[in-house]
Amino acid sequence: MAASNHIEQHNVVRQLRAWDPKAIEEVREFRGGVTVVVPRALLRRTAEFLCGEPQLAFTLLSDLSSTDRFPVEPRFEVNYHLVSMSRRERLRLKVRLSGSDPVVETVTPVWPGANWPEREVFDLFGIRFEGHPDLRRIVLPADWEGHPLRKDYPVEGPR
Amino acid sequence: MGSSANTVTGLTQTMVLNMGPQHPSTHGVLRVVLELDGETVVKAVPDIGYLHTGIEKSCESKTYSQAITLTDRLDYLAPLSNNLCYCLAVEKLLGLEVPKRAQYIRVLLTELTRIGSHLVWLGTHAIDLGAMSVFLYCFREREEILKILEYVSGQRMMTSYFRIGGLALEPPPDWLDRVQAFVEMMPARIQEYENLLTGNRIWHARTKGVGVLSAETCIAMGVTGPTLRSAGVAYDVRKVFPYSSYEEFAFDVPTRTEADCYARYLLRVEEMRQSLCVIQQAMQKIPPAGPIRTDAPGIVPPQREKMKTEMEALIYHFKIFTEGFAPPPGEVYQTIESPRGELGFYVASDGSPKPMRVKVRAPSFINLQALPKLVEGRLIADVVACIGTIDIVLGEVDR
Repeated sequence: MAASNHIEQHNVVRQLRAWDPKAIEEVREFRGGVTVVVPRALLRRTAEFLCGEPQLAFTLLSDLSSTDRFPVEPRFEVNYHLVSMSRRERLRLKVRLSGSDPVVETVTPVWPGANWPEREVFDLFGIRFEGHPDLRRIVLPADWEGHPLRKDYPVEGPR
Repeated sequence: MGSSANTVTGLTQTMVLNMGPQHPSTHGVLRVVLELDGETVVKAVPDIGYLHTGIEKSCESKTYSQAITLTDRLDYLAPLSNNLCYCLAVEKLLGLEVPKRAQYIRVLLTELTRIGSHLVWLGTHAIDLGAMSVFLYCFREREEILKILEYVSGQRMMTSYFRIGGLALEPPPDWLDRVQAFVEMMPARIQEYENLLTGNRIWHARTKGVGVLSAETCIAMGVTGPTLRSAGVAYDVRKVFPYSSYEEFAFDVPTRTEADCYARYLLRVEEMRQSLCVIQQAMQKIPPAGPIRTDAPGIVPPQREKMKTEMEALIYHFKIFTEGFAPPPGEVYQTIESPRGELGFYVASDGSPKPMRVKVRAPSFINLQALPKLVEGRLIADVVACIGTIDIVLGEVDR
């Protein structure tokens, strides 16, 4: 319990809670890295807040990636690794998506650099980003079948 | 097919040109679809994936130690940077502390790699823009770096020298003499490149004012490394989020404000000098003897001597190389400053001996996104300069 109190005192967590108590589904700390899980419906607004709020200034999106926890549901996680360059702080934003409806709003209007990473996640995991300006496959050919980084896709390939 | 428009001078038509994937100045297998109006680039669409080998998927079927060899093949001009970042990520996942001696050796070798990578960049960038001799000079010095790496690790390029918990093997006793010789030779050689290029009028014409990318655009696009620093932002992971004892080293983070190809050239040359400075400090710091691996039974292989004489050590050795080790469930994200920018490894464990997910945040991949912004509205000849200046490695872009 002491550990969870400690994480509640974290600057970013407190500011997020003060802004919108519903924005945080879960908070975790592991090996010094803070993860904030946000509900899918609030992802875009939370991203805008974290980037735009001068007290937080998470202006750099370092990485956007996904994980497949198949067969656990919700199986997909999309991770946003944010950097506040002025405050020298990192944060992981996470959103969980079910296998039957792997759709999440794009963050390209907040961080234009999310364009290619979102295409990559779409290509390799089949997660769709609503509102993305150019959601095409990026590393695989356009006529490729399946999404190789899904856990139910064999390492040797489908054929 | 291009588009046509009726203008006062008559019907004009744009032309679509495929540049690459076999074009020599695309530094590998990058394809850029260019829409041209005469010699002016109207639109540029990079097309990647020709080198996609599914490294991230392969990592999921290897044990944590086996996956190191795959990281070499990402950014093959700076394999030790990838080794370092991956090892730091797994060490973070395990909560391992690496002995100081190993940390300093890691710093020294990664900085050598940085110089080697910048040399390849300088040489190929110069030959792209028509300066042949710089290329030959740069590869001459890079060879010396590769010889040192071979002497230390047994491999010129794909060294896999950094291992989880430390280093693969004890470096040979006189290896620092070779590094010393290199450090003494290098400043004069860097001056030689500068003599050829810095005041060269052709070089100025091809690089000054070409490929300008503002700091705001860089940050919005996620662009890091020398490209971001050439726009005046002193963001260097070694300083901002220090790792492997970088906080103990004194070095400058050079920045420029012009944000063009010429600024990035001056910047990378200065970075080579700063790396030499770090290498000299590391040579002073590295203790002549001491452990190169942390003592973590079951995770780090035991010393050869112990393995031959102690039953316990033999069992650990066997277990590590047959089934691997299982870190606690969790996820970590570790970044370092690679020669190209912020290199990141996201490693997630589900408690089994194989990583559940390894994601590489490749700086080349993110930086390449900004290419259309660099070249649109400029001449086709500048495309070559712009591809060169962002310093991409396609192995890392496509993974």
